[in-house]
Amino acid sequence: MSDDSHEELLAQRETAHDEERQREAEPSVGARRAAAALAGVANVPGVAKPDPILVADDMSRRFGGVTAVEVEHLEVQRGTITALIGPNGAGKSTFFNLITGFDKPNSGRWSFDGKDISGAPSFRIARHGMVRTFQLTKALTRLTSLENLMLGATGQRGERLLASLLRPSWARQEADIRARAEELLGRFNLTHMRDEFAGTMSGGQRKLLEMARALMVKPDMILLDEPMAGVNPALTQSLLGHIEALRDEGMTIVLVEHDMDVIMSISDWVVCFAQGQVIAEGRPDDIRRDTAVIDAYLGTHRSLQEEDPS
Amino acid sequence: MDVLAVLSVAIRGALGPEAAIYALAAIGLNIHFGYTGLLNFGQVGFMLVGAYGTAISVLSFDAPLWVGVIVGMACAVVLALILGIPTLRLRGDYLAIATIAAAEVLRYVYRSSFAEPVTGGVFGLVQFADGLYALNPFSGPLELGPLRFSDRALWLMTVAWGTTFLAAALVWLLVHSPWGRVLRAVREDEDAARSLGKNVFAYKMQALVLGGVLGALAGSLLAINSQAITPDAFIPIITFYLWTIMILGGASRVLGPILGSIVFWFLLTFLDAFLRSAMSAGWIPGTLLVPSDIGAVRFAAVGLGLMLLMMFRPAGLIGNQKELRLDVR
Repeated sequence: MSDDSHEELLAQRETAHDEERQREAEPSVGARRAAAALAGVANVPGVAKPDPILVADDMSRRFGGVTAVEVEHLEVQRGTITALIGPNGAGKSTFFNLITGFDKPNSGRWSFDGKDISGAPSFRIARHGMVRTFQLTKALTRLTSLENLMLGATGQRGERLLASLLRPSWARQEADIRARAEELLGRFNLTHMRDEFAGTMSGGQRKLLEMARALMVKPDMILLDEPMAGVNPALTQSLLGHIEALRDEGMTIVLVEHDMDVIMSISDWVVCFAQGQVIAEGRPDDIRRDTAVIDAYLGTHRSLQEEDPS
Repeated sequence: MDVLAVLSVAIRGALGPEAAIYALAAIGLNIHFGYTGLLNFGQVGFMLVGAYGTAISVLSFDAPLWVGVIVGMACAVVLALILGIPTLRLRGDYLAIATIAAAEVLRYVYRSSFAEPVTGGVFGLVQFADGLYALNPFSGPLELGPLRFSDRALWLMTVAWGTTFLAAALVWLLVHSPWGRVLRAVREDEDAARSLGKNVFAYKMQALVLGGVLGALAGSLLAINSQAITPDAFIPIITFYLWTIMILGGASRVLGPILGSIVFWFLLTFLDAFLRSAMSAGWIPGTLLVPSDIGAVRFAAVGLGLMLLMMFRPAGLIGNQKELRLDVR
């Protein structure tokens, strides 16, 4: 088993290197499309985007006396990778929880794809096509990888209590879902774990599984809460590859991440949170030079890195 | 000591209608805990409303027995809704507290003097199941060597085991469907299921109702079996026997509760018969144990057996040992 996994790791690393080289060579279709769409947008917090998929207004969430989130206006451009950055406790994850219905705001309205979804329960928001993953991965440990993925499909007839007793009424749909799940397992290099309990997977594999499972919902927008946390560098590269591929297919991705190299290399737009508020947003290169972001989050060393002679 | 007699008593216990009834109630509990992860510590409350729903319908409203059984199950639906609506949105422990309290509250209400005209108070109700006994197709007792089943026992065993296996078949169909997959996902992680667009509250409610209805059906059968019920037959310890049975057999296994119940009743009746005959044969000195202690000692022995099982087969007799070794969360 160790030989196998070693070879696998090498292969994984090799593909990751290839992908990295490719990325450095030229921006992908999606990246160019996103750059073009965002070309005329100013670097002002709360700025309007040409084709926003998510629009949030006056969002606030208070925990006792602490205001965790206070966002006046935020738009997310369709078909981009938008990164949320900011110091710990800045309200990024809370904002995630609010817009996905996992937490209720004290005030605020938000719409997704033109539909007002303010205050809708989390499962309904997911059905609208906005799906999230979690900072602490939630693999369903005593379900197999395949079952984890198959669960993600929406509109399953067999998930209704009475219909579930009539196998012929859902057998065909189940077969389609199984085929789609197996395809996604293949795409994320998890085919060998197909019938293993998700609880036997490594942390990195769980991250992949969770992302694949979210894709089973066929979302228009996927929110990733620290997808790279606790993942080895080779797997990070392959995760990045998957994220960029999704954007190139037209999906909108919002991610919370602390690894600035990751942020700078893949995101089309960066939103910086501090003390619950959006203090800056813009293209990665502009954000790197933004004094408010440097003061609140990056620090001078990180911001000046590219001008560093060494 | 007659070993054969002791064994035949134990086998009669393991195959008797009580074993089937406890298995049925444990199947309901298995839907709650084994598949959905709901902590129901008041399954006996569902049995109580089922038993009294049946008996009261027949005695007070002159309904046929089958209508009474349906009324009993309907009572369980109402109880599940009352328990579920406020607690299922909260963390799991709230349901545990609510169910254990509700079962006791129900027992006190049914035995109270103001309810006596309907429920018979502490004296309970008798003679409401003649309708079923009138249908008995068995005309004589069955004798298999030292085993002897009366025609009445045979008929009850047929009805009780028939119902239990039908319920097991129903559960098998349900859990091997996408519906069952959602249920297990809810058990593993509610938020993950929500993030994939599943209405977790609705699934938990469906599971609570379904398991409660099976508990009520078991309660009805228990009432029919003895033709007499009192509220004090539905004490909280019954719920814990059901938990023991479910864990003994293997939670989240379709046949786990059935096997668990057979083993549980075999051990219980075997120990009882064994201790009694050992005592009358003079093997156990009267200074050590008196006959009135046997009831307690056999439960202590079952508890010991359960502890050994947890140490050496923690997932139960037919549970998936691999599944249990996974760290949950």
